[in-house]
Amino acid sequence: MYLPDFDYYAPESVSEALDLLTEHKENAKVICGGTDLLPKMKHELLAPKVLISIKKLPNIKKIEYVKGKGISIGAAATHNEIVFSEVVNSKYPSICNAAAQMAANQVRHVGTIGGNIVSAVPSADLPPILIALGATAKIAGPGKERVIPLEDVFTGPQQNCLEANELLTEIFIPDGDMTCSTYHKFALRRAGALAVVGVAVALQTKGCADGACSIEDARIVYGAVAPTPMRGVKAEAVVKGKMATDDVFEEAGKVAYSECKPISDFRASEEYRRNLVGVYTKRCLKRAIENGHK
Amino acid sequence: MTTNYITDRHGIRRYMVTIEVNGIEYTRVIKANVLLVNFLRDELDLTGTKKGCELGDCGSCTVLLNDRPVNSCLILAIECDGMKVTSIEGLAETESLDIIQQKFVEFGAVQCGYCTAGMIMSAKALLMKNPKPTEGEVRAGISGNLCRCTGYINIIKAIMAASGQEAAI
Ligand SMILES: Cc1cc2nc3c(=O)[nH]c(=O)nc-3n(C[C@H](O)[C@H](O)[C@H](O)COP(=O)(O)OP(=O)(O)OC[C@H]3O[C@@H](n4cnc5c(N)ncnc54)[C@H](O)[C@@H]3O)c2cc1C
Ligand code: FES
Ligand code: FES
Repeated sequence: MYLPDFDYYAPESVSEALDLLTEHKENAKVICGGTDLLPKMKHELLAPKVLISIKKLPNIKKIEYVKGKGISIGAAATHNEIVFSEVVNSKYPSICNAAAQMAANQVRHVGTIGGNIVSAVPSADLPPILIALGATAKIAGPGKERVIPLEDVFTGPQQNCLEANELLTEIFIPDGDMTCSTYHKFALRRAGALAVVGVAVALQTKGCADGACSIEDARIVYGAVAPTPMRGVKAEAVVKGKMATDDVFEEAGKVAYSECKPISDFRASEEYRRNLVGVYTKRCLKRAIENGHK
Repeated sequence: MTTNYITDRHGIRRYMVTIEVNGIEYTRVIKANVLLVNFLRDELDLTGTKKGCELGDCGSCTVLLNDRPVNSCLILAIECDGMKVTSIEGLAETESLDIIQQKFVEFGAVQCGYCTAGMIMSAKALLMKNPKPTEGEVRAGISGNLCRCTGYINIIKAIMAASGQEAAI
């Protein structure tokens, strides 16, 4: 399989990259790791005349903790850079675990967090846990920069809110009050398989060490069961303000079963996905409380 | 901007890249759409690296890019400018095989052989980082490499043996 011809640019500043995007408009595509884009070009689903690599932009791979604020992850940080990042592991190992569950080593060394978000594939593994932890996305456009909640990036299957001349530059996970979080993926194999269902949970709990564990706040996100990563608002409402008991988890699972919006495809039927969402929501709640952010 | 190119008479840009492959620096003028796997196979005649799915799924095209395993079917050669690539041809020192290659032969970890180059490169990457992996780590290390023949058991035994350990399977 060969790729069609295109011109290639590797700008070294954001403004240069934006100028190129503005100049070439719909003829241009951003390339980061290329693990999503190049297969699409091989399948002739896309034939950009110009590829603009963002890997040479300053700080675009940087992962750092901004004191008192949160973790900043550059859009071109690869999955394995996240898996092995001390900064991310020390605060939210749940994000590292989600990254480690993706694809296989060869793809994790190349594929990036930014590409995982902008490609907006409903089964993508990073958005659910990032949204559960309240992440924001920094988007650079000509002469302006905006920061929006990550969940607002997704507008449909493989659809996002970025203009053709905008770039995702950074993902930010703010220090928050969440005390535990986790992401669980169900796939047909342990490696190299997309999520049939993914569920992420982040909770703020109180008194768990003393045996009277209550849930003060909750964010639940379902992946691969709606056109975009989906907030489980109804399941969140079930657990908020409750004691953390098996009955509450069971009830949240039932609500999750009915509020998700899966489709049937060759990986699984709608009904099977609903059942999985129910079970995984229940399990995630329990495991998050048992394991903190691990 | 890195773009050092000439435009040919068809209006297509050709870019100059320098890539170190198996210890030798090669400078070539290539089109931007040349994939690393085709750079190795077609430009350099290094045909040990195999193409299977060409979509990142099977791992038969695995090479090391700056010592990390990647699928060369999903990497643009132009993006390897200034980098170091190791392919299966770079493992053996003249006459003597790499220990992983020796153990693959010894343990019958090769049947049709199509996956072998990629499998060995993934094993190499693993053992460079983790010289005494557990069996679980070996399985994870080759989880991006599909083999349709062996059933994997002999491959796992061979990699364990290359690390001086015996697999408990
Ligand atoms: C074999 C295989 C297995 C996979 N398994 C998984 C899996 O288990 N889970 C999973 O979630 N995904 C998986 N993927 C999908 C893919 O690898 C990931 O989504 C990856 O994170 C994409 O990142 P990338 O940098 O390679 O994206 P690219 O291909 O470079 O880009 C993807 C899209 O986003 C655009 N883009 C990229 N970065 C930016 C930016 N910063 N600003 C604006 N636009 C941008 C590009 O123009 C392109 O349209 C798999 C892919 C393969 C080939
Ligand atoms: S040929 Fe590259 S992964 Fe299959
Ligand atoms: S030996 Fe035939 S595919 Fe592995």
